[in-house]
Amino acid sequence: MELRWTDEERAFRKEVRDFIDRELPKETRERMIRGKSPTKEMVVEWQRKLNKRGWAVPDWPVEHGGPGWTPAQRYIFREELMQAPAPQPLAFNTNMCGPVIIAFGTEEQKKRFLPRMANLDDWWCQGFSEPGAGSDLAGLKCRAVRQGDHYVVNGQKTWTTLAQYADWIFLLVRTDPNAKKQEGISFLLCDMKSPGITVRPIITIEGGHEVNEVFFDDVKVPVENLVGQENRGWDCAKFLLGNERFGQARVGASRERIRRLKAIARETMLDGRPLAEDPTFRQSVAEIEVELQALEMTVMRVIANETKRKGSNKPDPATSVLKIKGTEIQQNVSELLMKAAGPYAWVDGDPEAEGSNQWDVAPDWAYGLAGTYFNWRKQSIYGGSNEIQRNIMAKAFLGL
Amino acid sequence: MDFDLTEEQTLLQDSVRRLLADKYGFEQRKAYMNSEQGWSREVWGQYAELGLLGLPFAEEEGGFGGGAEEILIVAEQMGRSITLEPWLTTTVVGGGFLRHGADAALRGAMVPKLAAGEMLLAFAHTERQSRYDLFDVATRARRDGGGWVLDGRKGMVIHGDSADRLIVTARTAGAQRDRKGVGVFLVDAKAEGVSVQGFRTVDGQRAAEVQLSGVRAEAALGDPEDGLPLVDRVVDEAIAALAAEAVGAMEVAHTMTVDYMKTRKQFDRPIGSFQALQHRAADMLVALEQARSMAYFAALAAQEEDADLRRRHMAAVKVQIGRSSRFVGQQTIQLHGGIAMTMEYAAGHYFKRLTVNEATFGDADYWLRVLAGAGGLVAAA
Repeated sequence: MELRWTDEERAFRKEVRDFIDRELPKETRERMIRGKSPTKEMVVEWQRKLNKRGWAVPDWPVEHGGPGWTPAQRYIFREELMQAPAPQPLAFNTNMCGPVIIAFGTEEQKKRFLPRMANLDDWWCQGFSEPGAGSDLAGLKCRAVRQGDHYVVNGQKTWTTLAQYADWIFLLVRTDPNAKKQEGISFLLCDMKSPGITVRPIITIEGGHEVNEVFFDDVKVPVENLVGQENRGWDCAKFLLGNERFGQARVGASRERIRRLKAIARETMLDGRPLAEDPTFRQSVAEIEVELQALEMTVMRVIANETKRKGSNKPDPATSVLKIKGTEIQQNVSELLMKAAGPYAWVDGDPEAEGSNQWDVAPDWAYGLAGTYFNWRKQSIYGGSNEIQRNIMAKAFLGL
Repeated sequence: MDFDLTEEQTLLQDSVRRLLADKYGFEQRKAYMNSEQGWSREVWGQYAELGLLGLPFAEEEGGFGGGAEEILIVAEQMGRSITLEPWLTTTVVGGGFLRHGADAALRGAMVPKLAAGEMLLAFAHTERQSRYDLFDVATRARRDGGGWVLDGRKGMVIHGDSADRLIVTARTAGAQRDRKGVGVFLVDAKAEGVSVQGFRTVDGQRAAEVQLSGVRAEAALGDPEDGLPLVDRVVDEAIAALAAEAVGAMEVAHTMTVDYMKTRKQFDRPIGSFQALQHRAADMLVALEQARSMAYFAALAAQEEDADLRRRHMAAVKVQIGRSSRFVGQQTIQLHGGIAMTMEYAAGHYFKRLTVNEATFGDADYWLRVLAGAGGLVAAA
């Protein structure tokens, strides 16, 4: 039993932190501290800097450009990015589609797509969910019919995050409507410039444009863009979804938000004193910090387990714990941040956006706090809703 | 970072597990609890043989050379069987005072006996007004010649009725709630002026009310003018052990509950097939896993030399373990239904032990207040 980071791991953390301090553009960091998503340009610029350093694809094998890190190093790297805060390597490219191509793709596909993914020459998005297939993903209906050397795709995807930036989309489509649910699905790669694709924004409750509907109307996808075997796409989907073992805990992100919360609480008053001095407020924060500390240790256990198991795809109950607790903590912090601003949390919109006529109607730090609170309700819904996580735990680990 | 046990640690775990499997079935435990002593001398003797009593002492002093990890391993097993013997008070708390507060001569005189099971210790700190504040001490200690004489009354002294020596906090200077001026004294339980009234606690342990009238202490442990840092240090180690004990108890309570859900039928199906109950069982697992993580964190934090940081970390441990214990304990009863309300079924006994464990050295609310007052765990940006 060794419950501490090793000296090498501590040195690695410093190396990452120094790199971020040196290379992360000031505007990116400042924008993210204020709780706003980085712009597309900021994400691309940062990923290219990481790629130059050899750090853009932490989870890929060395032969495909990965840095060859241990699970602990990968965790430290991600944590340091969150705490900076800096953009993560684009998940659709580096955590989702990339690993699927590495595991199931042809040599041709690897050569064609992976280097451009790593350098963010292509921005990918995920075409999984449909209006009728949310938690029950295998119920998807989007059809692909083989015609010669093409598949012809018809149907709709939804909740497609940042499709408005995307050059490519990876898709789950139904290729055999007569097979059992999971057995008639295929995994396709589709160029977003293909004729017949329409992207329609979905504006979420806080007013942001993050997600989209994507419509496919006789869209032709060359058969060489099929990943794995036809009708075996569910294997790819399960692999992709099971790949995520500690990503959803986001301990560093919560810690960064708590630091921000404590700073804001010194600026705002309650009962004539800074909110930061109020015992009730302090207890609410401390409660979250305790949960976060336990969660971090749970992440350590998952990482240690991962290191021993060396990539076996066996599920670990702790993964569901990380999802449930990680999202609850983030949601609770976002709520405290909004509450800290009091009535000044109510300003709608983004004062920096083009055409905004708002000028100094609230303290600088108050903008967007309510928006993030509203937006982050999504966290317990996506990635296998927290109720689905409980189903998984009950069935897979408790045998109920 | 490695959570797997070493070969020696696995041996230690196996030996405790085997002993308790043999000697600590639910019916056996009930018999120990209902005996006059309230626990088993026989099992105590076997702890001694396995080296559990001298666990944290250096080998050259007659101990086993165990650290926080070994304490965690043993405490978890004891929690699984909700054992009744005075191991925590003697080995972890008493042992802690000897390790951190006694000179070599005193340790030389006491440790071999303690390790052999012939020296039982209890920690007398609670007073009527003190609740969980270890510095709130009205019991007085006054200098008399080269020694100290104690007057006062201590309550809820766990295993105070069987202890050979009491470790007593008493004020040498200052006002009742001053942090300075608290001393720690070793008192022979048979000394003149000591009266001990034993009783049983709700979780089946033994405790005592202790009256001290002009009692001459055997020795002072640590600095008699400023003993609180010593007390905090020892209690922090005890909190780590209590955390592991709670995890062991929660684990059994949870398994018991899930097993019951698979066999108990209502409406012609196992109650475990109902999603509302499945989700509750899953939430219990979340609480248990978070608690297990925090028990590891506690073993790490107990070794921290920076007293302020250690305090904040242990406060976080108490909050998490307390919250998890309460949830798992209460839901164990709820998901079982009526059967768990009966004295003859084990679930209630785990619930009761978890309830007292949570409040030992302060409940979750108390420690949340401490942590919040100290500014939490994360520094402001």
